[in-house]
Amino acid sequence: MTYDVAVIGAGIVGSAIARGLAGSELSVALVEARSDVGDGTSKANTAILHTGFDASPGTLESRLVARGYHLLGEYAEATGIPVERTGAVLVAWNDEELAVLPGLKEKAEANGYHACAIVDADEVYGLVPALAPGARGGLRVPGEAIICTWTTNLALATDARRRGAALLTDHRVESVTVGDGSRAAVTEGATVLHTTRGDIAATWVVNAAGLGADQLDAAFGHRRFTVTPRRGELFVFDKLARPMVPLIVLPVPSSRGKGVLVSPTIYGNVMLGPTAEDLTDRTATGTSEAGFEFLWEKGRALMPQLLEEEVTASYAGLRAAIDRPDYLVDLDPDQRYVLVGGIRSTGLTSGMAVAEHVLELLTEAGLDCSPRADLPPPPRMPNLGEAGIRPYQDDARIAADPAYGTVVCFCERVTAGEIRDALASNLPPADLDGLRRRTRAMNGRCQGFYCGAAVTACLEQGAVPEEVAGRG
Amino acid sequence: MAEDRHVAVLVVGGGPSGLACAASLAGSCEVLVVEREQRAGGIPRHSDHTGYGLRDRRRLMRGPAYAEAWRTAALDAGAELLEGAMVTGWTGDREVSVTSPAGRFRVGADAVVLATGVRERPRSARRIPGDRPDGVLTTGQLQNLVHLRHHEVGHAAVVVGGELVSWSAVLTLREAGCRTVAMVTPYAKAEAYALFRWAGRAALRVPVVGHSDVVRIEGRVRVRSVVVRDRATGAETTVACDTVVTTGDWIPDHELARSRGLELDPGTRGPAVDAALRTDAPGVFAVGNLLHPADTADVAALDGAHVVAAVRDWLDRGGTRRGVRIAAEPPLRWVSPQYVEPGGEPPARERLLSWTDTLVRRPVVEALQDGRVVGRCRTWWPAAPGRVFRIPSGILDDVDATRGEVTVRLRA
Repeated sequence: MTYDVAVIGAGIVGSAIARGLAGSELSVALVEARSDVGDGTSKANTAILHTGFDASPGTLESRLVARGYHLLGEYAEATGIPVERTGAVLVAWNDEELAVLPGLKEKAEANGYHACAIVDADEVYGLVPALAPGARGGLRVPGEAIICTWTTNLALATDARRRGAALLTDHRVESVTVGDGSRAAVTEGATVLHTTRGDIAATWVVNAAGLGADQLDAAFGHRRFTVTPRRGELFVFDKLARPMVPLIVLPVPSSRGKGVLVSPTIYGNVMLGPTAEDLTDRTATGTSEAGFEFLWEKGRALMPQLLEEEVTASYAGLRAAIDRPDYLVDLDPDQRYVLVGGIRSTGLTSGMAVAEHVLELLTEAGLDCSPRADLPPPPRMPNLGEAGIRPYQDDARIAADPAYGTVVCFCERVTAGEIRDALASNLPPADLDGLRRRTRAMNGRCQGFYCGAAVTACLEQGAVPEEVAGRG
Repeated sequence: MAEDRHVAVLVVGGGPSGLACAASLAGSCEVLVVEREQRAGGIPRHSDHTGYGLRDRRRLMRGPAYAEAWRTAALDAGAELLEGAMVTGWTGDREVSVTSPAGRFRVGADAVVLATGVRERPRSARRIPGDRPDGVLTTGQLQNLVHLRHHEVGHAAVVVGGELVSWSAVLTLREAGCRTVAMVTPYAKAEAYALFRWAGRAALRVPVVGHSDVVRIEGRVRVRSVVVRDRATGAETTVACDTVVTTGDWIPDHELARSRGLELDPGTRGPAVDAALRTDAPGVFAVGNLLHPADTADVAALDGAHVVAAVRDWLDRGGTRRGVRIAAEPPLRWVSPQYVEPGGEPPARERLLSWTDTLVRRPVVEALQDGRVVGRCRTWWPAAPGRVFRIPSGILDDVDATRGEVTVRLRA
């Protein structure tokens, strides 16, 4: 068959676009190189729902982040994506950084965000008592929030699928035969994507390939940008550290270079990072000794007490940095091709607004993207957040289904019921990491010392074995 | 909301120490053991090799049989055992909330004994950088996979660590058909061998790489190799392998102890207790490897029997933690118990437990109070890194209850 639209890349941006398009009468394929959605840049970011206060005013990024903040906030309410509206504070440690704050506040206002407030050192320590001594002042950004990036991606992809989009994982696009646009026959004139699992024909193609977007763009004959993988390494600290970090603590951008942030996570941990290192290898998601040392040094300067706690996890993510200061979203009517490039870490927040923008561009180009009448309701996602009630805490749920009373992963308190649900879901995991992103199982302080073998058995059997489920 | 259930003694954790405590107490009062695994028994359940039971059960046993023996002993003594149920937090001074398939409920108790045990620091907590491939495990996960689930592991493993448990990992790997191509330990080679004496000579063919650390793990999907760095020369070697087992580097599972606000020892990171195993919270006790990470299972179980006197005393008369503070001086990392009352009850087996970072073959142990040596002894066993060093508690006999903190130190 020939799809009306093929969206390449099932990260947050691609999944949001596929979801938007699948809400119309169009037939949509969501094409993903990896075995799971959200397995590239989208799985390893700082998981912050940004107000966009610090974007460059007037850019497409500024507009879409501000819009996406509201769209995703509402969508999270509807689907149960965990969000904690903690707020943020930028902390200034010297005169230079202090002097930057008024300008940042003005910039926020130019971006349409008016809730920033400059605070003195006492107020900073009132917000974050565990901060190292020496803070001079700060800028409050009360609207910044933490969010579950995994659930966001899964919700959008699940929604796209339920609306009828075909999710084609393990389909890496290796080359492209660009269609000539003739509408004489069904497949003739369509663009053909040659993938590792066969050809996919589509009238329109949307490139949301993240780190691979420039290479795919080149396959359409363009030479307009280069993606530089920018590695960010992060430490996740034990939940026992969480009370030290009640809100997001951001660095002030200054000539001393980019600092790192300390943030609570939606799972009740504390995150320190990221580093920022430009690489050439687009698959280099390993962590490094130098990165660890850098983070440790930064952590000691920011919050020495934090380093007394155990490190629960460390990981590295690659951001798709490009050689221009804004998102690059462009529709080519002759090739019937849309590039969605340079969507860096803000893409978690802006994804749904990027999708809205792409649908507008396609509509202008003559494609009917208007919503159809019989849309299924958005999916209701399992709650992975500590702020809400989790199944192990839910009397009514356990009474109705005892599987929610059997805790399998002790550190993260993940129950047999949740693992069973993830394995039986509309978008089941392809591997252990996928199961971890859907349930938090094995993500805790013991990293599988207690439950690793049991969780592995669940994945391999595609269900929770009796001896793991217990009486539940 | 009122508590749903009240018992005389609540034991949190059904490993050797918790079960031994229940077995000793259940004859005289109502005891409830809450265990989050589907079957009680603790870590020995999946340590399917010999070496268990010598000091407490007076016979040499394999881990699973040993675990089962304590489980049976607790049940036979009349203790109630709630398996597959997890204590998730405190709702009062001696009241906890429990999640189980039968629902959520609160349990209040006259006395609470924490026996939550110990775990190994995983790769992340050890901050070993590199790729994140499959095939990186702790000993606990490895033994769970092999002994409880009969799961395959790889063919060539690097064992990280030089503790008693590292050899336990070697034995498990061998049983699973996986060769240990290197044991990488920060200690000298001799020290790694010095502590290993209980499971036959055959496993000793493992090449031990001393004074070294694993500084990088490589492999995108499955482990392909590790990079080993010599601490002295800085020289790096790449070792091909498909499995990495991070062993030992113990940390108590102290979440409940911390969330109850108990005083913790900075060295053990477990509760600071007196010789009778009282914590600083009245009616809250702690036993086993939560207190001394990590001694052998039999020593943990003997804590369970030892605490009984103080629990009974508390139920009859009350009574709080007492004694003079005992601290460790490097190379000792910690000493347990942390409070000892001169002339009072001695600690379990009349031993102070401690952990050393360097090998001293014929150590002299000294106790100092206010800068003065108040006790000294020479042990005929070495102080070796990687396992608990036991010190006769008699060195504290002349401690003055009215004076300050006591320091315990090692002399060659």
